[in-house]
Amino acid sequence: MKLFLTIQREVVKKPLISQVILETGVMINVERAHIDSNEGWVLIDIPENERERIIERFSELGVEVKQLENAVIHDDHECVECGACISICPQEVFFFDPGYHLQIEEDRCILCGRCVPSCPHQALSIRQ
Amino acid sequence: MQKSIEEINTRIRDGSAVVITAEEMPDIVSELGEEGALQKVDVVTTGTFGAMCSSGAFLNFGHSDPPIRMERVWLNDVEAYAGIAAVDAYIGATQESTTESLRYGGAHVIEDLVSGRQIEVRAISKGTDCYPRRTITTELLLDDLNQAVMVNPRNAYQRYNAAINRSERVLETYMGTLLPQSGNISYSGAGLLSPLLNDPNLSLIGSGVPIFLGGGTGVIVGEGTQSSPKTGFANLMVSGNLKNMSPDYLRAASFTGYGVSLYVGLGVALPVLNLDVVRNCAVRDEDIMVGIIDYGTPRRDRPVLRQVSYAELKSGSVLIDSEEIRTSSISSFSHARQVALELKKEVEEGRFTVALPTVSIDREKVNRPMRETRQTPRVQEIMNPHVVTITEDESVKTAARKLLKGETNHLPVIDADQKLVGIITTYDVSKSVLRDGNSLKVSEIMSKKVVVVAPDEPVDVAAQRLDQHNISALPVIDANYHVIGILNAVDLGKLISKKGWHS
Ligand code: SF4
Ligand code: SF4
Repeated sequence: MKLFLTIQREVVKKPLISQVILETGVMINVERAHIDSNEGWVLIDIPENERERIIERFSELGVEVKQLENAVIHDDHECVECGACISICPQEVFFFDPGYHLQIEEDRCILCGRCVPSCPHQALSIRQ
Repeated sequence: MQKSIEEINTRIRDGSAVVITAEEMPDIVSELGEEGALQKVDVVTTGTFGAMCSSGAFLNFGHSDPPIRMERVWLNDVEAYAGIAAVDAYIGATQESTTESLRYGGAHVIEDLVSGRQIEVRAISKGTDCYPRRTITTELLLDDLNQAVMVNPRNAYQRYNAAINRSERVLETYMGTLLPQSGNISYSGAGLLSPLLNDPNLSLIGSGVPIFLGGGTGVIVGEGTQSSPKTGFANLMVSGNLKNMSPDYLRAASFTGYGVSLYVGLGVALPVLNLDVVRNCAVRDEDIMVGIIDYGTPRRDRPVLRQVSYAELKSGSVLIDSEEIRTSSISSFSHARQVALELKKEVEEGRFTVALPTVSIDREKVNRPMRETRQTPRVQEIMNPHVVTITEDESVKTAARKLLKGETNHLPVIDADQKLVGIITTYDVSKSVLRDGNSLKVSEIMSKKVVVVAPDEPVDVAAQRLDQHNISALPVIDANYHVIGILNAVDLGKLISKKGWHS
């Protein structure tokens, strides 16, 4: 499962992720990160059953943790099910069911944002 | 056995006609045989739903008081073509808003009208004795218009080439986003549901045939512009009353970096008159081939990587040089299916009867490229043929000397076979001084990725390439990768200003 970490200025220079990995022994996969000298955010992927422990530890270290849910916002009304989003998404979030209806597996999304401008019907947006 | 159109229409009227969609036909023919299918099936419905840029509508606004001859007209800030008569205009789907550019365009105006939303109409005129008024602004609904006649010059392409991009950068096209280095393939068209693929000889599709258009009933005017039936790329000019249409089947679209388009749902009901019709309607996605075209080549004749069937395109990936490349469509198959099903329902319920063309479309016609009487200049006409080169194992010092003498900032680097292998610039040389300047060889500091141009490429293409890579010179190479000249941004600039061009 994916967690979205918002890291405030006070702690941005600390090796927070390494620390949490060492302390908890949980394998953390960093999927995307944006960090500058002031603040940053990191998208991580962790095993579902470690959710509580990881959230607790990061929170103690001053990191705001949000579980990433409904990352891809899909406007059913605008979508015409063309499928233009399918081949451009690096994570294969979009696919057709056998009836050529668009299915979305949002859990795979890494918030790269590529699908948003690629949709000719402006049916997609990304929760930030 | 033959059936007549009257026979089929009688059955439609009394509710006994057997109607199926083109998707069901191949299996029926496999099961019952061609004769059996002819006996059983009366009508096959087809459908397509995709971006059809060449669409638009004639609108008549009625007269104001005092009357105005609308010389220029804007609908929600999108200019419509008004060089027709006093209060008529043609709103083209791809026309972009003067204030919102590609976020809103003619297609959106059409969708807004059909959705029952009010649009702002603005017009200006110089004023005449009979039409004294000079400006007008008013809000109108579709119902307020006397006529709103959709006339789409080029719709329902029989099939459409698939697009790939072998260049190094992302391309934003009317085929959607094409990722660099063959990152994906985009295709369009409804394959086995496509109206024209079910009647490739144009025996049933022609002028006067009623169709499903945008949720209402329309009619085929005749061949579409740029139609090319002989090569398998026919299309249709169609018309219909906008007032009967629905936003479920007319949807505005904006393609990032390209522009506005209109998604149109269009379907034709084909009467199953004889064995030829049965055979044609039994077409499967496996049988329909298109080329995969490299949009990375900015020319009319783009390289074809291979031929591919719609079945393969729809499978989600295509093999090119043993690499699996993901595919996706830009048109909607689920909506095309909905068009065919909706049309099937209308025929079954007796609301839609079939007709034969009043005038046939010429099936031998081939689309021709433009005759250009003034060819755009080629690179060889303006390149500098006296290009100074250097070999890879010469010293940077020599390079510096050549750069100083040669009055150029770019030195193409060649190998022992005279082939281009790199390039160095004045900047590279200056930078290397900070390192071990004296003992360095050219091969150690050159850029190996050289952006080049061929002598017969148009200068517009060269100019675009310089822009895209943010560089100021291009080595000109022949087929053997030998450097035969160099093209400088400065020379290009001179030419463009001389000809009064805008690049
Ligand atoms: S590209 Fe947009 S309209 Fe097309 S299927 Fe994806 S979300 Fe829907
Ligand atoms: S943001 Fe990126 S990863 Fe997420 S769905 Fe869009 S293209 Fe896929």
